[in-house]
Amino acid sequence: MTQLDLIRNFSIVAHIDHGKSTLADRLIQMTGTVAARDMKAQMLDSMDIERERGITIKANTVRIEYPAKDGRTYILNLIDTPGHVDFAYEVSRSMRAVEGSLLVVDASQGVEAQTLANVYQALDAGHEIVPVLNKIDLPAAEPDRIRQQIEDVIGLDASDAVLISAKSGLGIPDVLEAIVTRLPPPKGDRDAPLKAMLVDSWYDAYLGVVVMVRIMDGVMKKGDRVRMMQTNAVYGIDKLSVLKPQMVDIAELGPGEIGIFTASIKQVRDTRVGDTITHERKGCTEALPGFKPAQPVVFCGLFPVDANEFENLRDAIEKLSLNDASFSTEMETSAALGFGFRCGFLGLLHLEVIRDRLEREYDIDLITTAPSVVFKLHMKDGTVQDLHNPADMPDLTYIDHIEEPRIKATIMVPDDYLGDVLKLCQDRRGIQMDLSYAGSRAMVVYDLPLAEVVFDFYDRLKSVTQGYASFDYSISEYREDFLVKMSILVNEEPVDALSMMVHRDRAEARGRAMVEKLKDLIPRHMFKIPIQAAIGARVIARETLSAMRKDVTAKCYGGDASRKKKLLEKQKAGKKRMRQFGKVEIPQEAFISALKMDS
Amino acid sequence: MEDWQHGGFGLYLHWPYCESKCPYCDFNSHVAAQIDQNAWQRAYLAEIDRMGQQTPGRLLNSVYFGGGTPSLMAPELVAAVIDRIRATWPMTNDPEITLEANPGSVEVGRFRGFQQAGVTRVSMGIQAMNDQDLRRLGRKHSVAEARKAFDVARGCFDRVSFDLIYARQDQSLDAWRIELGKALELAIDHLSLYQLTIEDGTAFADRFAKGGLRGLPSEDLSAEMFELTQELCDAAGLPAYEVSNHAKPGSESRHNLIYWRGGDYIGIGPGAHGRMTLNNTRWATEAIKSPALWLEMVKAGKSPELPRSALTAEERGLEYLLMSLRLSEGLNLDRYQHLSGTALNARKIKDLSDMGMLSQTDTHLHATAAGRMVLNAVLRELVVA
Repeated sequence: MTQLDLIRNFSIVAHIDHGKSTLADRLIQMTGTVAARDMKAQMLDSMDIERERGITIKANTVRIEYPAKDGRTYILNLIDTPGHVDFAYEVSRSMRAVEGSLLVVDASQGVEAQTLANVYQALDAGHEIVPVLNKIDLPAAEPDRIRQQIEDVIGLDASDAVLISAKSGLGIPDVLEAIVTRLPPPKGDRDAPLKAMLVDSWYDAYLGVVVMVRIMDGVMKKGDRVRMMQTNAVYGIDKLSVLKPQMVDIAELGPGEIGIFTASIKQVRDTRVGDTITHERKGCTEALPGFKPAQPVVFCGLFPVDANEFENLRDAIEKLSLNDASFSTEMETSAALGFGFRCGFLGLLHLEVIRDRLEREYDIDLITTAPSVVFKLHMKDGTVQDLHNPADMPDLTYIDHIEEPRIKATIMVPDDYLGDVLKLCQDRRGIQMDLSYAGSRAMVVYDLPLAEVVFDFYDRLKSVTQGYASFDYSISEYREDFLVKMSILVNEEPVDALSMMVHRDRAEARGRAMVEKLKDLIPRHMFKIPIQAAIGARVIARETLSAMRKDVTAKCYGGDASRKKKLLEKQKAGKKRMRQFGKVEIPQEAFISALKMDS
Repeated sequence: MEDWQHGGFGLYLHWPYCESKCPYCDFNSHVAAQIDQNAWQRAYLAEIDRMGQQTPGRLLNSVYFGGGTPSLMAPELVAAVIDRIRATWPMTNDPEITLEANPGSVEVGRFRGFQQAGVTRVSMGIQAMNDQDLRRLGRKHSVAEARKAFDVARGCFDRVSFDLIYARQDQSLDAWRIELGKALELAIDHLSLYQLTIEDGTAFADRFAKGGLRGLPSEDLSAEMFELTQELCDAAGLPAYEVSNHAKPGSESRHNLIYWRGGDYIGIGPGAHGRMTLNNTRWATEAIKSPALWLEMVKAGKSPELPRSALTAEERGLEYLLMSLRLSEGLNLDRYQHLSGTALNARKIKDLSDMGMLSQTDTHLHATAAGRMVLNAVLRELVVA
């Protein structure tokens, strides 16, 4: 056990690409926590997807021993948190487990929208914050301007910000000293009953569920019988370790310390993040304030391209949800796509990450339907129904009105692109709430429908600002609007997988775009095919795919019979990938392209 | 009666060499600096002997020298092959012995020799009726040379056919009308008119993939060209008896009809395919493609064939279906059922007939003019459940 005044617990707040993972790597490296030969980039991002995309999805932790200039050796616990808005709930709970934060800002780029949201969470959690300006060695670095910006935008004194280059290692010793001298040690009472916060949990194929805890009071030892205060479940601690970042067993964890344990827990769902853990006997009486569980806000259908893969998909989804209690699933059938799952996610990135993991780690080709949000249907009989899937929309005559989720979006953008951003937000039915400046960067706050954001908003924002805008949002409220279900008909037959909820005023434009896209995606048939978008019985957009005119093979002699026969046999097999709508066959690829979120 | 007898029995012999490779061609053709015609002669004769032992006593209707450019074969080689064939199988009184020829001067000098060897019909690769397009197609001859070659051929052979390739780069409907008019003036009783197809593995395919080969006709324009072709050929008394083949009634290529009518044919030479019904099993044969390897194997007394595959009833039905619907005479429904063991899907036939793609008599099923143009889609519809 470590003396409280020799412990510092902290997290790092930064925008994507501002150097958070590189700084974490340097801290680990410089203190010799990991042998040089074992060092790899983004040490704490263990998932392939995290390394590839340069993002952090799961919170992670490392215990660093640091011999400080005062001659004493400190234990530094770094909790690396996700930077993306989708995982804001992970950030907020990790923040509660530590006392301070390093605020890393790129010395040429300045403060971004995500930084802002995360730094406010740190302030909410009562953190001491040490500003760190990174990439100070780049020619474009303007430390003075960025210091001023931090003061203007965040209201934080940045005069003694630490200047570093995480890439070259410049200034890293100053960061380590600042952690020790400027961040407060944790508080806690070793003699009080055990009170530990469940910070995170994940599934490990060898160990089962691994639980990360921060000890508030008391001592946790291997073999202890502990109780989860929310679920009342009791477990025996099999293994107690700290992460360096590999697991190193430890005899006990005392106040202020962060570590992990295993206790033969089968599913991540059995552990509630934010729960309080105490001893089975002589436990504490008062629990820590819990966290609100994260609610899925974006929904889409996931279908196997090959119907025979359905069972594999079901297994894979079960395995993934062992580790991620935040995404919800239920079975879904679609005339177009067969059997699959309707899944709920914390946001679009979360959706993409899960989809990527299913495809890569479980090797299943997936069709992802257009993402949608949860609409609230206020029925004439006074009840309220949640609509997760436009295909399930009841008859309009039973509906009084429809509400949709709205978000508060914060966008930071260089002045030059402001006009385009405002136009984009207006086009997406946004209501401007605030517009302010920090130097040449504007910060706009918009009230936007989430449904408009899940439909290629990021892409549009990126493209109109050439990637210079940053964006963050939080769900604000449900509000009524004039929403309708738009169906797509191919040769007069409705195609359920393509129906979507849209605002009445935007229905024509969306319908037109969809039918034009489909006209290019559906192959010609021997007859002409009308492709229509409709609201109820009213057609709002129409294209006609003309009939095929000629496809006969010019030459077919003795040697060609075998070739031609094989082709037909292949087409027979390829039939699996075609979906029949009346007389029309639509290749699955057409659905994939039509529904593809432009990522 | 065995089923193959509906189509007859023929022999295809493949000569794998050309003077140069045309950029559209995906046949098994090669350019070689030196060709030992004597070695090829020994090998062809050995193969005729081997095949003859498996099909003794069958009445042979037709022989076809294809390639490659078989008009580059020495007339003595062709004579030796025909003599050996005659010695191996009984032949009909008036057998059709066709040789594919290029209209180059070297080849033309051999026409008399081919005639004396026993060739009765030539099929000439004229391909286009203007010099610029001939060059674009990689052809070595000019229109004037082609016309001269054609005259020589007419003097030597009773039956002369020629090929044209249309739906070429930058070819308008009117340009094709004029070109086909000229061709029909020249034609005697048989004409093969192929729309240019970009085949995988050809120089054109490479160019096409790299965004080259601009100005190819749209599907609509090639459909109009096809329709115009039918119209002009019908008017000239050369209706289509097959998708791309036109003839005066009675002058059809008997050899090619064997393929489309599901007859048996022996394939000899590198890459040659065959169909042989032996003891009620129909075998698909295919020889090794490489000319050097083929020659080496035959020289060593081994069979140059890849493993033969026995066709199932379903495959036999499928082959008959996809070949016979190319013919204006169509598919014999009883024969199909007998071959495949099942009848065609009546509902699909009705749907396709309602769409105007098929027509049916008591005994036969035909692709209509509209149906023949989209025959691949029609076949897919009939075959894919």
